[in-house]
Amino acid sequence: MTTYSPTLIWILIGLAGLGTWLIRLSFIALLGRVATIPDLAMRILRLIPPAVLAAIVTPSITHASGTFDLGTDRFVAGIIAGVVAWRTKNVLATIGAGMSVLWLLQAMS
Amino acid sequence: MNQPSARRAPFQAGFFDIAPILVGVFPFGIIAGIAAVEAGLDSIQAYAASPIVFAGASQLAMIDLIGRDAAPIVIVATVLVINARMAMYSAALAPTFRDLSPLRKAYGSYIITDQSFAVSIVRFDQIDETPSERFSYYMGASLGLWVTWQIASLAGVIIGSGVPEQWSLDFAVPLVFMALVFPAINDRASTIAAVTAATSAVAFVSLPLNLGLLVASGLGLVAGVIWSRE
Repeated sequence: MTTYSPTLIWILIGLAGLGTWLIRLSFIALLGRVATIPDLAMRILRLIPPAVLAAIVTPSITHASGTFDLGTDRFVAGIIAGVVAWRTKNVLATIGAGMSVLWLLQAMS
Repeated sequence: MNQPSARRAPFQAGFFDIAPILVGVFPFGIIAGIAAVEAGLDSIQAYAASPIVFAGASQLAMIDLIGRDAAPIVIVATVLVINARMAMYSAALAPTFRDLSPLRKAYGSYIITDQSFAVSIVRFDQIDETPSERFSYYMGASLGLWVTWQIASLAGVIIGSGVPEQWSLDFAVPLVFMALVFPAINDRASTIAAVTAATSAVAFVSLPLNLGLLVASGLGLVAGVIWSRE
């Protein structure tokens, strides 16, 4: 639970929204002055989703208890959900598998 | 522009083409709403990110970081890094949007998403239409996703207030990211970027200010770019 004030959270949401809109607007507004994205920038942009998403996911299952611990329910459920995600690439199936395994393990302990 | 019927068809086509994708967007939106409530945001703020930011993965990451009281600058930087990929979409859409009014450019930009971009660029490639028709198609797809996202995240905020903590629904957030990461891994460079970022994120989890995510993502990008140079 956050201890941040509602005012600060409004500012964060506002800055995130404004910055995101400027990114989306960037080349649409600039066209005529900037023709193409350099090749290197294109390669980096393409790699952002796999890199960032992978970096978000792993600590949430390896550090589920606060410290590095591969014996948690969440790690086991996360690995199984990862296999389902890899095989099906389906959001619903992944959430379904991960939550079911987690609930099962929590019920057994 | 002058004939409403001529513009109506592309708009509907856009909506119908994105419809199957919306099935997967809905649970994602519900999770975003629930997660925002569980992070300690009041209901209005928990929902507000959906119309203001309107970018699912970055919203989930932002909520997660707010819930952990991460440094404000890190929170905003993380959102912008996750959404930087949309500069690519902006560049690809720019030729089509070139002669549209500034107003259309403004709201057409706001509503760019991975999904509506993906269906639109396929259509632009296959069917020869005027920029205005293409914009209608794009808006049909984009608005379909926008409305779905707003309803789903609002539903999540309402549900979230009543979900008991024992249900561990916060775990659905990494599960959503898991479902998103695998489709993004589709060649050697993206595999190396993902594996490097994943292992670095574990190694750097205790960096101050929750900088671990940004540092690990950066290392993943560097590794991916280096290894993709043939």
